[in-house]
Amino acid sequence: MTEIVDWIVALLALVGAAFSIISAVGLLRLPDIFTRSHAATKAATLGVLCVVLGAFLFFMVHTQTFSLRFVLTLVFVFVTAPVGGHLIARAAYNAGVPLAERSSQDALSRSREENRASNEEKTDNNY
Amino acid sequence: MSFQIMINLAMALLWMIINDAWSFASFISGFFLGLLVLYFMRGFFRERLYFHRVYAALVLVLIFFKELILSSFSVAKQILSPKLNIRPGIFEMETTLEKEWEVTLLSLLITLTPGTLVVEVAPDNRSLFIHAMDLQSVEAAEKEIRNTFEKAIREVSR
Repeated sequence: MTEIVDWIVALLALVGAAFSIISAVGLLRLPDIFTRSHAATKAATLGVLCVVLGAFLFFMVHTQTFSLRFVLTLVFVFVTAPVGGHLIARAAYNAGVPLAERSSQDALSRSREENRASNEEKTDNNY
Repeated sequence: MSFQIMINLAMALLWMIINDAWSFASFISGFFLGLLVLYFMRGFFRERLYFHRVYAALVLVLIFFKELILSSFSVAKQILSPKLNIRPGIFEMETTLEKEWEVTLLSLLITLTPGTLVVEVAPDNRSLFIHAMDLQSVEAAEKEIRNTFEKAIREVSR
């Protein structure tokens, strides 16, 4: 029984490490900050999920402790990672970081220009 | 909903007092018996029973993990392909969710899923601006989010 679990733990740790490596590669290869943050959030989700799950199983089998601290770790990672990713992307966008040249469209700039145009129209009417 | 949970907890406490058994196991059995009682009392509540909502939340978590694994693999494939063949872009998705926490939850889930990232929520909470790593067609990406996360969240808050 512990033998099987050991194999599962090893597999989980390997998969988690592999995903972390892949996201590091992505961080280097991808063209702009937005696509890079895709790679970064991926490491924080599936990679951490696999590694922590492996640690959880390992301690459950070998020391017979059902440690909820690992679950708590996962919860905190899953709550903070998207907020951080969103804020970084938003800050970058508002600071005027351009999208990669290969990008197909930018709906946000379109909508902002429309907003600006309608606001100007309103102020024109006021005068 | 909180009223139903209170009844359920009171039922569990009552069960423990009647049996004079103060263990976690007897709390659990009392809790499930309380659920049964709530089920028979369902006609008296104005709302639906709260464990429908618990079930919907569980379904949402399962859908999230499925999406997480699927899109992780697709993003990994794109990163590792020798020629970087992606078309990133920001698209606008109109959401039908209304409450603040629903929109927050939706954007959290979208951002957690690899390949999509919420750049901005419109000031009126009506639409999300999502950066997708590989945007082949806006309709397909929008439809996918609508059929998975949005539908599941609506099921929870119904």
